[in-house]
Amino acid sequence: MKLVIGIVRPDKVNDVLEALYRAEVRGFSFTRVQGHGGELERVETYRGTTVKMGLSEKARFEVAVSEEFVQPTIDALCEGGQTGEVGDGKIFVVALERAVRIRTGETDDGAVTPVGP
Amino acid sequence: MTPILAATAAVDTGDTAWMLAATALVLLMTPALGLFYAGLVRAKNTLNTFMMCVAAIAVATVMWALVGYSLAFDEGNGLVGGLGHTLLNGVGFEPRDGTTIPHLLFFAFQATFCIITTALVSGAVVERMRFGPFLVFAGLWSVLVYAVLAHWAFGGGWLQANGTLDFAGGVPVEMGSGFSALAAALVVGARKDHGRQALLPHNAVYVLVGAGLLWFGWFGFNGGSGFSTGNPSVLAFTNTLLTPACTLLVWFLLDLARGRQVTAIGAATAIIVGCVGITPAGGYVSPGWAMVLGALVALPSYAVIVWRARTRVDETLDVLAAHGIAGLTGILFIGFFAQQSWNGVSDGLVFGDAGQLGWQALAAVAAPAYAFAATYVLLRAIEALMPLRGTDHDEAVGMDIVHHGEQAYASGEGAILITPEAGVDEKLPVASPA
Repeated sequence: MKLVIGIVRPDKVNDVLEALYRAEVRGFSFTRVQGHGGELERVETYRGTTVKMGLSEKARFEVAVSEEFVQPTIDALCEGGQTGEVGDGKIFVVALERAVRIRTGETDDGAVTPVGP
Repeated sequence: MTPILAATAAVDTGDTAWMLAATALVLLMTPALGLFYAGLVRAKNTLNTFMMCVAAIAVATVMWALVGYSLAFDEGNGLVGGLGHTLLNGVGFEPRDGTTIPHLLFFAFQATFCIITTALVSGAVVERMRFGPFLVFAGLWSVLVYAVLAHWAFGGGWLQANGTLDFAGGVPVEMGSGFSALAAALVVGARKDHGRQALLPHNAVYVLVGAGLLWFGWFGFNGGSGFSTGNPSVLAFTNTLLTPACTLLVWFLLDLARGRQVTAIGAATAIIVGCVGITPAGGYVSPGWAMVLGALVALPSYAVIVWRARTRVDETLDVLAAHGIAGLTGILFIGFFAQQSWNGVSDGLVFGDAGQLGWQALAAVAAPAYAFAATYVLLRAIEALMPLRGTDHDEAVGMDIVHHGEQAYASGEGAILITPEAGVDEKLPVASPA
């Protein structure tokens, strides 16, 4: 059981959602974050005040999956998030100690496997 | 527009006072349109969309003073005016022929029409067209399309000479912008995500405030198109209140019938459609018929908006439906319901003059055809010289950052001040936080 964290471009969110859907990864959460990943910085000017934007807008997906879904999830994030330009983002995979489904009290793989219709 | 009178009167102070105010009212419509359009696009394109309207003020005004006004309003042939007023030559304090206001004020009032019309066309190409080519397009369009159509309808050109009635710009402004917008959308092409993702308006309040300010400015637009404080102006002014109110009500009903809810962006659209519908007809139809026009004009525009969304044509902000189709409806409506007892000029079909409808119908064919064809050719020519749109990457990042280096909703978080003392060279992009 792993937590896959994918940080992608905000404008690729819909593509990632589509790719996750096709990979049958149904459960995830999504937040808007700001960060810096070593990409070139952007210069903006407001009424003569020139600033270097040290933070970029990014979208962060957190997907808790059982072992067999780790690679499909990574593939989906790469496929949906890739443009080939600097700034496409990162994927981090971390071990997950426990997971509990609040409604039923199911734990671990049972908790991260979506229930059927 | 009132027909050209034989005798030239002196400048009238009351008329001049009203026209000074009306000119300012019409200029306000362009930033109002910027706000309206900005609310309808995604947040990352807010500034670029607004800036296209601001750019129209810059480019169209200069072109109008250089040559556009002359081609529209100097005596020429039936198709285009002369060059006698190039660079404001001969435009001074004496009354403009057929009016009681100074020629210079007449020029300024007409300039604001050219500006708003040029800005309107941008609605077809927002969120993808590059800013530089847009400036080139706007400048050339204001002369090659707007000034020519204005000559046809206002400046003594063939439509006006034959008796086509167009009070405040159904021909050059509404049909001119609407059908040009369709051509522009076809040449520039759809946004990369069009039809693949839901591209939603990012701020409905901007849209409503923009529509409200447009309506406010429209009282100067229609109310000023009589160039006086006389009866045609009063009639057009009051009709500018009555018609959009009726359009709003009918739009509510159409929304209810289609989706069981009355939408805010639909209401804002209805205000525009109503104002556009009464633009050509304002000084020619009775208040009662103006209300009927308001109800009627909602139907074709609503239908075109619903239809357009199902096509691959990314005429992004529905300029064709809101301006082209509503303006065409207003132009034809005059042919049926113009009433000499109200306008002192001509009757429509219903009041006994079938010939009027013929000239209105001809305008409703000729103006869209010229606007579409001329805009299509103009944009293809510009495209041969420079790319009209940026890369998919630019479009994904958004026009604000790519073309203006600014964001509409900058938080300031992560912004590092660049000063000479800090020793950060802005020309050198840095790969890690300073």
